[in-house]
Amino acid sequence: MTTTLEELDGATPAAPARRRRKDRGVDPIPWWLTTLGVIVALYFILPTLVVIPLSFSADQSFQFPPTEFSLRWYQNFFTNPVWLGSLGNSLLVAALAALLATVVGTAAAVGLSRLTGRLAGFARTLLMISMVTPAIVVAVAIYITFLQWHLTGSLGGYVLAHAAIGVPFVLVSVTSALGGFDPKLLRASASLGASPLRSFIRVTMPLISRGILSGAIFAFVTSFDEVVIALFLRSPTFQTLPVQMYNSVTFELDPTISASSSLVVVVVTAIFLVPQIVGNRKKTR
Amino acid sequence: MTISSTLAPADPQTKQGTQIQLTDVTKDYGLAIPAVENISLTIEPGEFMTLLGPSGSGKTTTLNLIAGFETLTAGTISLNGADVGNLPPHKRNLGMLFQNYALFPHMTVAQNVAYPLRERKVAKAEIARRVAEVLELVQLPGRDDNYPSQLSGGQQQRVALARAIVFNPKALLLDEPLGALDRNLRGALQAEIRRIHREVGSTFVFVTHDQEEAMNLSDRIALFNSGHIEQVGSPEELYRAPETLFTAKFLGDSNVFDLADASFDTQVGWEGETWSIDPATVSAHPGVLSRSAVVVRPEDVGIVHDRASVPPGANSISATVRDLEYMGSHRIALLALGQSGQAGRARIDALDSTLALGDEVLAWWKPQRQRIVAA
Repeated sequence: MTTTLEELDGATPAAPARRRRKDRGVDPIPWWLTTLGVIVALYFILPTLVVIPLSFSADQSFQFPPTEFSLRWYQNFFTNPVWLGSLGNSLLVAALAALLATVVGTAAAVGLSRLTGRLAGFARTLLMISMVTPAIVVAVAIYITFLQWHLTGSLGGYVLAHAAIGVPFVLVSVTSALGGFDPKLLRASASLGASPLRSFIRVTMPLISRGILSGAIFAFVTSFDEVVIALFLRSPTFQTLPVQMYNSVTFELDPTISASSSLVVVVVTAIFLVPQIVGNRKKTR
Repeated sequence: MTISSTLAPADPQTKQGTQIQLTDVTKDYGLAIPAVENISLTIEPGEFMTLLGPSGSGKTTTLNLIAGFETLTAGTISLNGADVGNLPPHKRNLGMLFQNYALFPHMTVAQNVAYPLRERKVAKAEIARRVAEVLELVQLPGRDDNYPSQLSGGQQQRVALARAIVFNPKALLLDEPLGALDRNLRGALQAEIRRIHREVGSTFVFVTHDQEEAMNLSDRIALFNSGHIEQVGSPEELYRAPETLFTAKFLGDSNVFDLADASFDTQVGWEGETWSIDPATVSAHPGVLSRSAVVVRPEDVGIVHDRASVPPGANSISATVRDLEYMGSHRIALLALGQSGQAGRARIDALDSTLALGDEVLAWWKPQRQRIVAA
């Protein structure tokens, strides 16, 4: 009996989950498309290729290419409490704003995924609105509101404002992750004795973790390099790195900005690489 | 077997299974007609009950109401006498099997099966022991570390079955669990489910639209038709003694003779033929008096070439042989019956070579083998 059943089952093994993509006679990429691709890539990368060498310059001015190399601007960045403090503020604001946006955005995505109809559509639009509204409009609106609430120039104000613009990114990425999520799994989980909260933690969250993670990263980076709202909310006691960079070129013309720019590029790139690395590790497991 | 003794809980009541009682259950989604209306059904402890019916007849809704995935509009559902109508699904302690298996893709086989035990905070060593035991019960050892995507459909459904019974649920609810499998595998898993039902001894509620599957597996069948239960009984009762035309048509093939005149006593008439009736074959269904029909199964119909060969006391009707279907073990003669030429079927011996297409014959059956049902 056992053998016959095994044979029946074993005869049709499931298709391997990780199938190598086959090279099927795809047309070769034409030369002009390659050229166009390279030009576009250069357009995006060139500023970085200027900024990073510049940050290692020994000159007092923004001369390119630098005549002499040194680490003086990095030294300046890491010893000046104004620069270092603003970096710390930016990291703190971005982390808290990303956390808040991720919690709110994920909850909204999960909630809205179960709803259909006009009200759900309206709620979704409302949450996405900061993505299509010009930054300056959002900034002015937040500024006027926060003046009344006495939130300008405070950590809480920055976090709330940046979380609001981060929510759409989380909502979009978690919604798309939920598209591949089978709601029957939640019924199965409930039938096995798990409360809705436990089911969310043990079933839903692991299966949409990629979406949550990439949403969180977008929210973090959006906050980390956000400058318009931050300019309105700045105070002498609290400002973020982009605001300090803006100050340094408009008032002092301080080459330390090239060092800080390079750091921003490195931090943001590193953060975007996180899901790739995490994803690859999961796949090789 | 040791498995049943270790899997069985200490509570003797759950060992024999749980009684599930539905009383005047209604589920109304606010559509034209309620999905389920005024259903009452008692599923006995340890019974294998199948909810059978065409799609949209309310069988799945009823199962979801028992599981707690749907809320009752009216009526009560009780497990062993305790009302569970307001209990959320995770507190009902009922195992469930789904058509698409619903295994957690991010967990291994062992983790999937351990899931309900971890939720119940069972000790680790105990979890390992019970997982190994139940995987043996479903004949799937050595696959602990595989992910569901690495298993075939039949293997996945076995894992789902193991997961659904490992925590000794009060009952197991099966929602068309074999629907996604091919025919051979279905047969094998049907045998498997029957065996596990015997070994575990708990109450099984099985939903299917496949009448063969229902007859093959069930102790009793509740036949659903547009939101109500048409008839409840053993497979044999439903097949041999249908109370309504719907039941007669849904289970197996039938020759149906609609009766224009419902006021019969010891005889009925159809297209000029007069047939005697056996009072025991008149369905007790109250609807029988308004409109009724005579139902005869193809295997109860005999074919002869002349009226003299019709056995004494049998009912008969003239027929023309329209076609002969070879089924391997037997043949089905497709007939045109009576003056109207209504389609009919008779099961004949595979080796019978006396019939030819176009033959004018007589179809006959014993009055004890016909049923008079509500139409």
